[in-house]
Amino acid sequence: MGNPMKIRAASKDGVTEVKVLMSHEMETGLRKDSSGNPIPAWFIAEVTAKLNGKDVMTAQWGPSVSKNPFLSFKIKGGKAGDKVAITWTDNKGDTRTDEASVT
Amino acid sequence: MTRRFAVGFAACLAVAGFTAGSARAEGDKTIEGIEAYREALKDGNPAELFEAQGEELWKKKAGPKNASLETCDLGMGPGVVAGTYARLPRWFKDTDKVQDAESRVLTCMETIQGIDTKKYVSAKWNTPEKDELNAIATYISGMSKGEKVAVSLDHPKEKQMFDLGKRMFYYSAGPHDFSCSTCHGQEGVRIRLQELPFIDSHKGAAAGWTSWPAYRVSSGQMWGMQWRLADCFRQQRFPEPIYASDVTIALSMFMASHANGATMNTPGIKR
Repeated sequence: MGNPMKIRAASKDGVTEVKVLMSHEMETGLRKDSSGNPIPAWFIAEVTAKLNGKDVMTAQWGPSVSKNPFLSFKIKGGKAGDKVAITWTDNKGDTRTDEASVT
Repeated sequence: MTRRFAVGFAACLAVAGFTAGSARAEGDKTIEGIEAYREALKDGNPAELFEAQGEELWKKKAGPKNASLETCDLGMGPGVVAGTYARLPRWFKDTDKVQDAESRVLTCMETIQGIDTKKYVSAKWNTPEKDELNAIATYISGMSKGEKVAVSLDHPKEKQMFDLGKRMFYYSAGPHDFSCSTCHGQEGVRIRLQELPFIDSHKGAAAGWTSWPAYRVSSGQMWGMQWRLADCFRQQRFPEPIYASDVTIALSMFMASHANGATMNTPGIKR
């Protein structure tokens, strides 16, 4: 389920800029814990963005993305009041969706 | 992977430093490069995630008394959070002590929630207990973003704390005969790529005080001032100070009162 994301979306001149902060450990699978055992990989594998329910972006991520990742992208179109929804799914099958209104 | 990121960053700047040579003007260019990097990070400061977590903890009913911390008096009356961080540390009548944000939260956890805070104080860094306190401190600090630092030294105990802080700052000891001032006692120096603010001056103290709690990109951790100070002790090879003990509050008092008038820019983000 994870912790909530922070989403900001602002529309200007017909382009909506979306900024998302996600809360995730993003373990590479290459690190070891204090007793020397490998820490299993645990990372966001897919991110999708929707504008008013319609897919506008899908991203495939891997373990090289940082902990607590920040994602910024632009959507052609979108106006104040529109809904931007972001969903991430990690390699353990956990998923979380958060939504924000465009300002 | 956060470590890899840090190494990559250091390597990239090392190259820049190498071509720039050692002339002073070019040294400034390195600092500019670091500033640009910090600016780029600021936009998506993960500290926001910890602020949100802290707010949730602040408002959540917990402890034997099943109460939230919302009625906690951080110095501007029960229930007031906004602006308090910029006025801490300060003397509190009920405890007759000078307290910083973290120690005050511990008091509120005891009195309002009925929690025995011993395990919070003794817990190591990077444990759920310390993470909770860090998140709460981050939330409180965020509610003072943009406020001017206004720490008073009027009460005798506040003045006493300041004096103790100053003494600690210049106290050198340990196997390396180190003091805080060894690193933070002069203007315009740095270790590798990290500038060292001169804490016994307004400018340096303000640079330090107004930017903590901060998210540390290289470790992916949220650090409050308590953790930052404990790490200074570690680097001086001093015994680790007890969490929220007088000596840590004294150092904060020393720094915060020097920073009076500066604008809080919390929570910050650091390399």
